Amino acid sequence: MGTYVAKRLLLIVPTLIGAAALVFVIMRVIPGDVALLIFGGDAGGQIDAKQLADMRHRLGLDQPLLVQFGTWLWGVVRFDFGNSLWTGRPVVEELLIRLPLSLELAIAATIVSVLIAIPLGMLAAVRQDTWVDYLVRVVSIGGLAIPSFWVGILCILMLVIFFGWGPPLEFTPPWIDPWANFQMMIWPVVTVGYRYAAVTTRMTRSTLLEVLREDYIRTAWAKGLRERAVVVRHALKNSMLPVITLVGTEFAFLIGGLVVTETVFTLNGVGRFVVDAVAHRDYPVVQALIFLIAFGFVLVNLLVDLTYAWFDPRIRYR
Amino acid sequence: MATNVELAHASASATLAPKPSFAEVVARFVHTKPLGAAGAAIILGMLFLAVFARMLAPYDPYVGDYGLQFARPSAEHWFGTDEFGRDVLSRIMYGARIALFVGFFASFIGCTIGALLGVVSAYWGGRVDLLLERLMDILLAFPQLILALAIASILGPAVQNVVIAISIPVIPRVARVIRASALSVKENVYVEAVQALGASRRRVILQHIVPNVTAPYIIMLTAQLGAAILAEAALSYLGLGAAEPTPSWGLMLSGSAPSYAEKAPWIALFPGIAISLGVFGFNLFGDSLRDALDPKLRKG
Repeated sequence: MGTYVAKRLLLIVPTLIGAAALVFVIMRVIPGDVALLIFGGDAGGQIDAKQLADMRHRLGLDQPLLVQFGTWLWGVVRFDFGNSLWTGRPVVEELLIRLPLSLELAIAATIVSVLIAIPLGMLAAVRQDTWVDYLVRVVSIGGLAIPSFWVGILCILMLVIFFGWGPPLEFTPPWIDPWANFQMMIWPVVTVGYRYAAVTTRMTRSTLLEVLREDYIRTAWAKGLRERAVVVRHALKNSMLPVITLVGTEFAFLIGGLVVTETVFTLNGVGRFVVDAVAHRDYPVVQALIFLIAFGFVLVNLLVDLTYAWFDPRIRYR
Repeated sequence: MATNVELAHASASATLAPKPSFAEVVARFVHTKPLGAAGAAIILGMLFLAVFARMLAPYDPYVGDYGLQFARPSAEHWFGTDEFGRDVLSRIMYGARIALFVGFFASFIGCTIGALLGVVSAYWGGRVDLLLERLMDILLAFPQLILALAIASILGPAVQNVVIAISIPVIPRVARVIRASALSVKENVYVEAVQALGASRRRVILQHIVPNVTAPYIIMLTAQLGAAILAEAALSYLGLGAAEPTPSWGLMLSGSAPSYAEKAPWIALFPGIAISLGVFGFNLFGDSLRDALDPKLRKG
């Protein structure tokens, strides 16, 4: 296990350097001049030449491209991404303020989705091609089709129309006032969790279907075990590995879900921070956040792979 | 020698049973895959709306009627009007064009580039494979929507930019899948045989590998179609997709729609139904197609 962990950790380094380079290319090289984008955008119009030169200097755009890239990489290594153009405060500081909300939303949504998905997927697999299966499949394919921002809008519509509810504006951490926190987070969690559950349900169903055709399941039936024992103890346990991977890979969709859901519910989280930074043309923040999200994503994928290797020794020794 | 190879090829692909007519194929599909057929029906309906929007739409989607802001759904305006007095139904009909345009081109471009890279990576192997694989790893380090968002924010809000922004994150995901299946195709004895017969690389790739990875390619393509429509809606919702006054479904939901929730819920209701139904159709169809094309998922 030790060598496997070391190997995986080493493999991450080139990926992260590559990711930093890609972000740099997207944000600095493709647009040509970020300073122009910040002032003029697509409108054009008159731009003060001195202001433009100042902005270029502030962003280090007057340096050669290679020096700019070096500065960016050095900043990445020290976790220093400069200051936001909008608020003037360090990007990392701004990020840390918003992180707890997004983490809570992500973790709660994952738990909710797994609690919904595994029983539903199991039910659909055991009753394949009956109305139960069709219903579960339609609900889960529907969950993939319905945009999460629309689910969010519908939640707000419903709450406003029927209960005269308005979302609380200030984020209260659960350890200070659990009830206020719950009231604020419940609808966003449901919104994100439903979509997430849809994917996991489908995966649980299809892997369980495959496992249920294995020889050892037939043996379990032949031994005269009850359905419950066969399905839960023999089949479900062995079909969980792909589902674990899925929960990890779906983390990407979770982040996408956070971006739109936080925007719908005007929650001050990391996702909304990205959208706001784009709207304010705050490119240093956009550049930093895109990289940091990739960083987090790579770490989560690593954790998932390690969990996988922990459960399945065949992977470690390959 | 070359003629021999071609003869063998021709006889191997000759049909053994009489070809079923188109109507028979359709009937069998509806019977065995009712969910897939429902999806196909939704897709056809959407195509119909998009093609004939000009004739079907009761009003001009761009022209508002300021005397009729926030009109309730009625006989004149089935889905009501928005904050500029524009007919929501007409805008949804024209919106089908944007959704299909972006969905089709983004997934086609992304899947095709990805598939080409996957085949090249698998066939050449060695250093080319290693380099491409690392490149795909880097692209995969970014969640799809985040990468699309970054690209769209730099390119600016326009429909063709959305196509580019959505297609790029698709590339590594498709390349992975196609590479894996091209690798297993490459191991087949017939590939070795044609290579031994002196077939050129071009011939091996185009005549023998590409035809055998079309099934996963089509599966990925249909799976990406729905996802691309959804991504377009999300980007437009965030203000990074099509710009006003383009009738994009996501854009219709953005900004003002939620704030008029109490006054005019229909503005937020109908475009969302349109997105969900469209993506639902593509997903249902893609699912059944995967079941039909993937031998592993066939009922044993």
